[in-house]
Amino acid sequence: MKNLNRRDFIKLGSGSVIAGTAAMSIPHVALGATKKVVVIGGGAGGTIAAKYIKQADSSIDVTLIETNKEYYTCFMSNEVIGGDRKIETIKHSYEGLKKHGINVVNSIATAVDADSKVVKTAAGDSFSFDRLIVSPGVSFKDGAIEGYDAAAEEAMPHAWKAGPQTALLRSQLESMDDGGLVVIAPPPNPFRCPPGPYERACQIAHYLKHNKPKSKILILDAKDKFSKQGLFTQGWKARYDGMIEWVPAAETGGGITSVDAANMTVSTDFDDFEADVVNIIPPQKAGKIAELAGLTDDSGWCPVDLGTFESTIHAGMYVIGDASIATGMPKSGYAANSQAKVCAASIVASLNDQEMADPSYVNTCYSLVAPDYGISVAAVYRLAEDRSKIAKVAGGLTPGDASADALQREVQYAYSWYDNIVADMFS
Amino acid sequence: MLKKLIAVCALTTVSLCQSVYAESDPNTTMLTNTCVACHGNAGNSTGPAIPNIAGLSPIYFMGAMLAYKYDDEDQLEEVIDGDLDFEDVEAFSRYSTIMGRIAKGYTEEEIKLMAEYFSEQEVVRPTQTVDADMAAAGKKLHKKHCEKCHENEGRSAEDDTGVLAGQWAPYFLYSMHDFSNGERAMPKKMKKTLDNISSTVGHAGIEQLAHYYASIQD
Repeated sequence: MKNLNRRDFIKLGSGSVIAGTAAMSIPHVALGATKKVVVIGGGAGGTIAAKYIKQADSSIDVTLIETNKEYYTCFMSNEVIGGDRKIETIKHSYEGLKKHGINVVNSIATAVDADSKVVKTAAGDSFSFDRLIVSPGVSFKDGAIEGYDAAAEEAMPHAWKAGPQTALLRSQLESMDDGGLVVIAPPPNPFRCPPGPYERACQIAHYLKHNKPKSKILILDAKDKFSKQGLFTQGWKARYDGMIEWVPAAETGGGITSVDAANMTVSTDFDDFEADVVNIIPPQKAGKIAELAGLTDDSGWCPVDLGTFESTIHAGMYVIGDASIATGMPKSGYAANSQAKVCAASIVASLNDQEMADPSYVNTCYSLVAPDYGISVAAVYRLAEDRSKIAKVAGGLTPGDASADALQREVQYAYSWYDNIVADMFS
Repeated sequence: MLKKLIAVCALTTVSLCQSVYAESDPNTTMLTNTCVACHGNAGNSTGPAIPNIAGLSPIYFMGAMLAYKYDDEDQLEEVIDGDLDFEDVEAFSRYSTIMGRIAKGYTEEEIKLMAEYFSEQEVVRPTQTVDADMAAAGKKLHKKHCEKCHENEGRSAEDDTGVLAGQWAPYFLYSMHDFSNGERAMPKKMKKTLDNISSTVGHAGIEQLAHYYASIQD
């Protein structure tokens, strides 16, 4: 007994119980076909849902359908735009997920038949499912900004889906002369990554300050307030005083209404602005396949049960991440990660006729003001008793009086946050 | 020591019952899933500023989380002295940037489930860039000053102290910074030890220790 330490004791205990359970449990016999889950979208939500379902019950057949062979994370893509980070460092492959036994299909999901429970892809394949998870992220509202079409996206990149658009915006900033004007046009709520446009302004200002210091950034917002506003405003003043001007919607009659890509001009109801680099972040709705699958409501987003993320329109179909109406949570990568885990638990439980655990949710979101200046928001949530919202129970922002040391640490935590969340997704 | 051993056994009995359940307890999984996107799979962080939390003693883990949850030391002591079987947890306040905001979202019972889960996870010590001379100097310092409480070259969680072997160096340095400037409280004997290191070898000693612990891979 004296050589039995606590660790051994715990191990011994668990081991004997495993043996006991094995002896008592009814052998798993497949009554009918293998249970099948199809996940559409291999981003912050879809990768996690696929992996956590497979890990919880390896007998479930999990297929992940994703358009791109490689994934560029939106998180940290603003650092690529600012020039401190190479785009290769935000590129990830799906090989790690395949090792978990997930069937990764590289194609576009083009249709979902809710009655026969089949997903069709552009490659002409069909995938049947018992449960479907739709995690397509966002798409842009057609015609919301006059003149902002496919051609305009090349002249005035949105860079709101990381990848070639990120590289394009970066190259335009590199080509710009000193003294140039950069316009950023953030969308109205709700949209992907609420602090994103303002972090982007920081990262662009960081580049300009050191390379093209006579340049200016004009943020023509479609809103009158924004995420982490106090902290960003403080950061802009501390690091980029006079370089960034934020114009609320009230002063422009609602922000940008039209663009003239050929003349690099953006217009509000009152004024025209000619700029050297324009970043239009268009008004958003759920990713296209959510709409095609009939999962969206009039808002353009997908109503779901907040404890399971099962669609309230189609039973057996679930929507997580940016596309869902996750009342109470922001549209962030970490929120999608957390929702995916809740959704995975719910699906595994329902496929095994078990009761699901009480859902627990979290969000952690960092923004990089400068290489030594990070800020964050975090929250822990629970499902409200009437399931009407995912209610915040704790959390908050970086304090306004945080020390220089604390702000510097937050940058390092942001980088480590990134390392761990992408490992969670892709390995 | 006997008193401590009895207390550990009492806790072990509780954790035994719960760890049995924890193998398949969906609530524990649901809770710990909220941690791992930042702290890594099973608590083994792949990011150098965020600590590994796998293999920590449950008492150490609870002490940390309760300190984050209760900013007020009196309140912290009240909770620990309460009737939640936390009598072995010592109240040492802890500075944080973000964990204080997060820990407040979990109940004591939930923190206990997390503590038990992570204590049972195998530690995966990451590969870190290490200066061999610094690590060798750190090894000597460790033997002289630290091994008594951080046994087995800092691998052991037995004394309910932090696991140092293989811990990320940047995180270790942040922690030591916080100890030395009073933002994180510590036992008296540790303070004495740190003062001793500081007066004999100065901050270089802390860096040497960081290299040493980072050098331990097994």
